[in-house]
Amino acid sequence: MNKIILIIKREYLSRVRKKSFIVMTLLGPILMAGLMMTPLLMDTSDSEEREIWVCDESNLFESQFGDVNDTHFEFTNHNIEEVKIDFNESEAFALVHIPKVDSTTIDILESSVRVYTHKPMSFSNQRLISKNIESVVESIKLKEEGLTRELIDRTRAEVELNTIILGESGVEKSGSTEIAMGLSMAGGFLIYIFIFLYGAMVMRGVMEEKTSRIVEIIISSVKPFQLMMGKIIGVAMVGFTQFALWIILTFVISTVATTMLVAPTDVNIAELAQETELITQDLQSESGLTIVLNQLEEMNISFILMMFLFYFVGGYLMYGSLFAAVGAAVDSETDTQQFMMPITIPLIFSFIALQTILENPDSSLAFWCSIIPFTSPIVMMGRLPFDPPMWQIGLSMVLLIIGFIFTSWIAGRIYRVGILMHGQKVSYKILWKWIKQS
Amino acid sequence: MKVLEVQSVSKSYSNHIAIDDVSLSVPEGQIFGLLGPNGAGKTSLIRIINQITMPDQGEILFNGSKLNGDHIRHIGYLPEERGLYKKMKVGEQALYLAQLKGLSEREAKKALREWFQKFEITQWWDKKVEELSKGMAQKVQFITTVLHKPKLLIFDEPFSGFDPINANIIKDEILQLKEQGTSIIFSTHRMESVEELCDHIALIHQSKKILDGPIDKVKEKYKEQIYKVDFSSTNLDFLNSLPDHLKLITKNSHKAEIKIQNESPASDLIRFLLDQSDIKAFEEKIPTINEIFIRTVQEN
Repeated sequence: MNKIILIIKREYLSRVRKKSFIVMTLLGPILMAGLMMTPLLMDTSDSEEREIWVCDESNLFESQFGDVNDTHFEFTNHNIEEVKIDFNESEAFALVHIPKVDSTTIDILESSVRVYTHKPMSFSNQRLISKNIESVVESIKLKEEGLTRELIDRTRAEVELNTIILGESGVEKSGSTEIAMGLSMAGGFLIYIFIFLYGAMVMRGVMEEKTSRIVEIIISSVKPFQLMMGKIIGVAMVGFTQFALWIILTFVISTVATTMLVAPTDVNIAELAQETELITQDLQSESGLTIVLNQLEEMNISFILMMFLFYFVGGYLMYGSLFAAVGAAVDSETDTQQFMMPITIPLIFSFIALQTILENPDSSLAFWCSIIPFTSPIVMMGRLPFDPPMWQIGLSMVLLIIGFIFTSWIAGRIYRVGILMHGQKVSYKILWKWIKQS
Repeated sequence: MKVLEVQSVSKSYSNHIAIDDVSLSVPEGQIFGLLGPNGAGKTSLIRIINQITMPDQGEILFNGSKLNGDHIRHIGYLPEERGLYKKMKVGEQALYLAQLKGLSEREAKKALREWFQKFEITQWWDKKVEELSKGMAQKVQFITTVLHKPKLLIFDEPFSGFDPINANIIKDEILQLKEQGTSIIFSTHRMESVEELCDHIALIHQSKKILDGPIDKVKEKYKEQIYKVDFSSTNLDFLNSLPDHLKLITKNSHKAEIKIQNESPASDLIRFLLDQSDIKAFEEKIPTINEIFIRTVQEN
């Protein structure tokens, strides 16, 4: 037991002290913060004033085009050819040509509007122009049919669903689909990333020991299984450290950057949130915020967090030992491909499945994927906010533990033979022999 | 007293038998040469003694009790395929390996300092292993093998990779350790070092032990009654018509090797030769371990 702690300590310290670890830990949050800040920065950089000319031959559209943000619309009804010449010499951003229409040609108009620009036009500008024209055309058509816009607006209905889940005991719970989906996607994604990043780190560590030939010296002092588990746990702690630092640093950097780049008077929490697309519209009103908080509370955050930790650790441990076995079986990184397949496929599959399962968290695909240990860490995370039956959670947890014991047993058997094998071309058949070998 | 007893140990892998019913006993305080051609099963046997793998059959006794995990700290092993963590600092790494053997950090530091001073490598302590030459790294490996003062040391081809000067330093250290009462298993197929170091040898060939015993007894057993004679004259024609029980093996200008083919004593041969010519030197030809090795391997 003492020796496994020594191993964990070495695996941890030797990685945490590496330059690459420090660089990645510092660079990660900067990239993340950069990613979060880009929309803000883009917005400020896009603030130059724009003038768009509209050549409206039938004089119908001027009232519809109001100035939006920094885009100013300039109307004219001169001959388009003359306007084009003027436009070419002007600084204007774009020229919209709406041909003359009357009630007989209105259908043709929909496809005959032209936009001339000096530079490619952004999608949002295009949307703005086409939407404005559409709404005028719509009004004209409505008038012809004898209807008014007010009438149409009055007949329009918008229904907001308040889903309430009726528990078996009769307790009512308001469903909170968006937040739940956000949470479970984030959780599943974290587990997925963690397994890949640090599983590969375990694999490389095993390969390093094998190719540097230190492994025989070490396993004359400790059992191969101890060495393998020590490495897996040590690397997991490296991962926890890195994740924790990432979260803290990202938070610090983005806070500092936000306050520095955006003048304090400009900061409007609601606007910020919307722009960074972090929080849904609900936040814009105070009541929305309390709704989110209430929903989070009702979802029993501490339960979900505990489950997240369990599946996070369980999933990593289960896959970690398989990564270690692959590292032990091969002589060089190039040989890993064939053995990585069976590890990556269930992982990628469960990540894809997670997205469809969120649509329908009680489907049989969701059920099976959340029970089978190879996919359960990621998929069960996705199902948790939708209150799956307790027995399913229990079964999934027990199976994950059994799965972990099973994979580490298999991996341990491959590991202890593979680690001392050099220069042998290893196939699945040989791996099977190693597993059977006493 | 036997420090290690291997009792009819067998081990087979999926496609071949690595060790077939091998029994050995390693006497305390001696250097035991474990010899054999490449692939004979030496390393497999050594791995079993180190509890890296388990035997299929048979038992191993260490100091009279069944080999178990507690014995790990009394055994030091320098594998043939050896290396160190390249990115780790020398001192830190040596400390780690010593602690894995069961030394406390303080004990390990103290012992390491002594060894580093002895080998005059204290300035390496904070260097990374990748900055060391191969020979330097081997010295560090040697230190980590012997640091915890094991009762039994196992060296698998210890001199491979050492230049002659460093090989000599290591050889002297091995002999000193023997003086201090350490029992040593020395596995090699380089016979000249066996001659110099070993008190006892065992020869393994094709997974089986084919020879075992104290080195002088083995040599005695493999003597062939061949005598090297140095004559003072160069007229050695009489050697062409020797009596029946004598056989000429080789002859050059004034030297010859003669084999006695029956039980008659060497003194008879001397008397016979003196009748024919003057003799400058006469000695029995003792087979080298190399010759014994090649002969027994070929016979089997």
